[in-house]
Amino acid sequence: MSRNLPVLVAALLFAAGYCLCATQFPAFLTTRVVGNLLTDSAFLGIVAVGTTFVIISGGIDLAVGSVVGFTTVFLALAIERWGIPPLAAFAIVLGAAALFGAAMGALIHIFEMPPFIVTLAGMFLARGAGFLLSTESVPINAPLYSAVADLSLSLPGGGRLTLTAGVMLAVFLVGGVLLHATRFGATVYALGGSRHTTGLMGVRVGRNTIAIYALSSLLAALAGIVFSLDTASGTPLSAVGVELDAIAAVVIGGTLLTGGQGGILGTFLGVMIGGLIQTAITFDGTLSSWWTKIATGLLLFAFIALQQGSVALAGRSGRAARPRAGQQPVVRPAEARP
Amino acid sequence: MSDSVLLTVRGLSKSFAGHQALAGVDFTLRRGEIHALLGENGAGKSTFIKTLTGVVRRDAGEVWLDGEPIAPRSAEAAARAGIATVYQEVGLLPNLTVAQNLFLGREPTRFGLVRNREMRRRAVALLADFGLSIDVGAPLGRYPVAVQHLVAIARAVDLSARALILDEPTASLDTHEVTVLFGVMRRLAERGIGIVFVTHFLEQVYAITDRITVLRNGRLVTERETARFPRIELVHTMLGHDLAETEARVEQADRPARAGSGTPVLQAEGLGKAGYLQPIDLTVGSGEVVGLAGLLGSGRTETARLLFGAERADRGRIRLDGKPVQIGGPRDALRHRFGYCPEERKTEGIVADLTVRENIVLALQARRGPFRPLGRVAQDKIARDFIAMLDIRPPDPERPIGLLSGGNQQKALLARWLATEPRLLILDEPTRGIDVGAHAEIIRLIRRLCDEGLALLVISSELEEIVTYSDRVIVMRDRAQVAELAGSAVDLTAILRAIAAEAAPAPVPEPA
Amino acid sequence: MRVLRSGAPQLLAFAAVLLADRLASPQFLAVHLQDGRLFGSLVDVFNRGAPVALLSLGMVLVVATGGIDLSVGAVMAIAGAVAASLADSYPLPVVLAAALGTGLACGLWNGLLVASLRIQPIVATLILMVAGRGIAQLITEGRIVTFTSPDLAFLGGGALLGVPMPVVLVLVMLLLTLALVRGSALGLMIEATGGNARASALAGIDTRSVTVAVYAWSGLCAALAGVVAAADILGADANNAGLWLELDAILAVVVAGSSLLGGRFSLWLAVLGAFIIQAMNTGILLSGLPPELNLVVKAAVVLAVLLLQSPRLSGLTLLLRKP
Repeated sequence: MSRNLPVLVAALLFAAGYCLCATQFPAFLTTRVVGNLLTDSAFLGIVAVGTTFVIISGGIDLAVGSVVGFTTVFLALAIERWGIPPLAAFAIVLGAAALFGAAMGALIHIFEMPPFIVTLAGMFLARGAGFLLSTESVPINAPLYSAVADLSLSLPGGGRLTLTAGVMLAVFLVGGVLLHATRFGATVYALGGSRHTTGLMGVRVGRNTIAIYALSSLLAALAGIVFSLDTASGTPLSAVGVELDAIAAVVIGGTLLTGGQGGILGTFLGVMIGGLIQTAITFDGTLSSWWTKIATGLLLFAFIALQQGSVALAGRSGRAARPRAGQQPVVRPAEARP
Repeated sequence: MSDSVLLTVRGLSKSFAGHQALAGVDFTLRRGEIHALLGENGAGKSTFIKTLTGVVRRDAGEVWLDGEPIAPRSAEAAARAGIATVYQEVGLLPNLTVAQNLFLGREPTRFGLVRNREMRRRAVALLADFGLSIDVGAPLGRYPVAVQHLVAIARAVDLSARALILDEPTASLDTHEVTVLFGVMRRLAERGIGIVFVTHFLEQVYAITDRITVLRNGRLVTERETARFPRIELVHTMLGHDLAETEARVEQADRPARAGSGTPVLQAEGLGKAGYLQPIDLTVGSGEVVGLAGLLGSGRTETARLLFGAERADRGRIRLDGKPVQIGGPRDALRHRFGYCPEERKTEGIVADLTVRENIVLALQARRGPFRPLGRVAQDKIARDFIAMLDIRPPDPERPIGLLSGGNQQKALLARWLATEPRLLILDEPTRGIDVGAHAEIIRLIRRLCDEGLALLVISSELEEIVTYSDRVIVMRDRAQVAELAGSAVDLTAILRAIAAEAAPAPVPEPA
Repeated sequence: MRVLRSGAPQLLAFAAVLLADRLASPQFLAVHLQDGRLFGSLVDVFNRGAPVALLSLGMVLVVATGGIDLSVGAVMAIAGAVAASLADSYPLPVVLAAALGTGLACGLWNGLLVASLRIQPIVATLILMVAGRGIAQLITEGRIVTFTSPDLAFLGGGALLGVPMPVVLVLVMLLLTLALVRGSALGLMIEATGGNARASALAGIDTRSVTVAVYAWSGLCAALAGVVAAADILGADANNAGLWLELDAILAVVVAGSSLLGGRFSLWLAVLGAFIIQAMNTGILLSGLPPELNLVVKAAVVLAVLLLQSPRLSGLTLLLRKP
């Protein structure tokens, strides 16, 4: 129960927020707004799926925003200047990003370096590489891009489900299956519980760590592709700070920042709550954009406090406070050493 | 019960940095046998288990399982070979479900997807064998430690364990849970699995085991059938005494005839904490040494931690010079001039990166507060004085304490508290893990401090040591105070008898 | 002398970077006096490095307790916004008190989250990192607030005895922090807490208050950095003030040889670390290389230093630390 509580709270919050917006702005009841909400959140959503994996495994990935930025620049140059067909360019950049993530994962595992600082270096590196390619925005005029821009599924009621939104929904779906229904997914949770214990239980920690960071970078590159399709351009400055938005969405969605608990559905709700706040502020017109950040910060605080409280409660309730695997027991029977 | 040999260990040895932790230990485990592995702290039990299962590399020795020589390189490899270990800290993942824990890394899959229903079905079936009927879809951490232990054992057995090592599985279980665990152990033994059972509860040894192996100082002392090993003899063997020898030696022990206790400094009345320590009464007077004796896990350290406020007591009270005082934490204790040298020197004592000087002045500085710093000159003087007084080596106050030997670290920690001019000093295993020379020095020091009027509470597994310097001895067993000996009644035999006495209500009912 | 020896690698690195800068630009070391203020590329290194140097004075203490403060960039923006909004209506002491007080409050908030609610430092300070910039924009109402107050402007563009004010402020803060931390027993307590929190608590150290104090100080330092940044551009840009500088500050602390796990720290090395980073920035700029190369170089430096600190290579680290 307590484990699903944060997701439930996020769902209720989203529902309540949506209803509140609907009473203020009747347009919220149209599929057009729903479609737009999905489209606007698409790019962040794709990144957040990767971040969910990383955070549940007990890590953090600060490089995703930079990988998005690098991807858009790379695509623009590859397609416009170097004459690489768009689909080939997509494949190249996805492969490169996966390798980049794998390298970060390898550093984290092999040298036992904190993920925070390794991915921080990765963030500098990817952003710097993007800037080295080009310092300014490069437009993309490939026919594929204009063709894709018009692709959308009409929803009853005048709304449109764009390709972008479709990609996001697909990523959430595939991500959900991967996380919740495969051995790899189970390992992600296990790593978040305790890397040490997971290793003792015979799971290959290194290989899985590398896969997790590779996946996160891969999804960031996919988000970059979506971003470049949306804007038909590439700039190294795109998606600055997206890693923080993604982390915020993941936490608001009930995933424990310390790892080991959480899920994809929660992340989806977290992304949608963020999108909802932004849409509402746009609709309102009088509220300024900075309220988005303040509201996000407040939500972050509320959800972290909620997590902290429920963890403390779980710890207090009877015997769950006993020494657990992989963590220092709170009350240590000092004489009872293994 | 079959008598055929399952696991044979010959001449297993291991030394760490010149210290021989395990010296040529032989061990035999038979099929379907429950075999107690006993010994005090430092006897080499955990080194034995780790070396046996490949967690640490053995220096010498051979291991055969079912006649096949094995040399696992990790706990996982040992488990695959057929020797599984379940530690006190369960070693599973509390955030995963019971079923996930049972099948992590070997989940049943179809087209790459985990077959959750199948996995749960198998988990339920597997646990049913262990008399467990629980929701396998709930997170493991939701269940009591006893259940977690059973799940860990189930996983180990399912991974084709033929030999099962249970390292203090009962340390945090209540009586009923122990009964359940014992039921499972018997059933596994009936299936021909050999079980090595490490515990420090003697009642449990006699309730369940077929055979006992005792280690001491890294050596095999004896291996005997439980039924033919009287309890008092077992305690003597574990602590390293010969009955006759003991009587003789106590006569010789030159206990200084002190005028007994001075005025009581510390009085604890009914001090205790639910699930941690039964209420105890204890008085320590100025110029008096009170020894706390008992086996491992008997509640000695718990007593010290409650007195010092490292753990919050939920009943009883503490009086200082007859006046009730509140000890809400170590800082209160420090203010009332208590000192406490914890047993876990590395994790709770030293700050390894800091210098000897900084470690010595730490508590005194903490009492003065951050804004009344001890000047460098004063610090240097304190450090130099104590280095000279306690003969800390090397005599370099600016050396990081982590680079010193255990004995010298211990002396520096003593210096940390002596520098605060305490009224009551609690020493938890002050002589553990330090060499013979330092050992004697520390005992001399304890006497000297006592002569200077300090009130001392000393915990030690070395009973001779306790007899040598204590004016009174409090004996602990199963987290409760069971005896208090004073004056001429303080002797080794009396302490041993108190420790070995049958607990009044047998904590482990015989199986139906 | 002992102090200098402990910083030998950093001093060597700084000298090497300066030498490279000199090779890239022959005028690099040229310093001239104009209108009572020193000018030149070398002076610029110190002048532009001042905000990060101020941040690193707080960050190094936080890192010494085993924590981290991600919010300093956002706190800079808030303090800058407060200072710029008040500068033309109130005297400088009031403006400074308001800005620094805001920073202190932000730091206390972080400290309480970490010490009392026991939230991991990265997470706890992330909250203010996200919300802080919004708060700064709230104060400036989304505009770039400019001011004309010469008093405040002096803190950014003025000079004392020829030394640019930002550099003077760094020196003042360094001395003040040294006095506060090394002149009292706080430094010892911070190092003990970061080195072994359990042992420190058992020795009677109030580890909780120590933790709150370092975050508060970090907030204060960040606020001063924000004031300097605002004074420098005669305005507050809530969007960009201090953006990503938290990362530079962490980098400076790492370059100073502090372990991110907590323990020993050196204030002056942290400041030196900030100047090393700035000297690299300046060098890349002077050599005509794309300034974006900066990020790549920083990444390389982070990785190199961390590899040296990695537990797997600890043997090597010990060898390097010994001399």
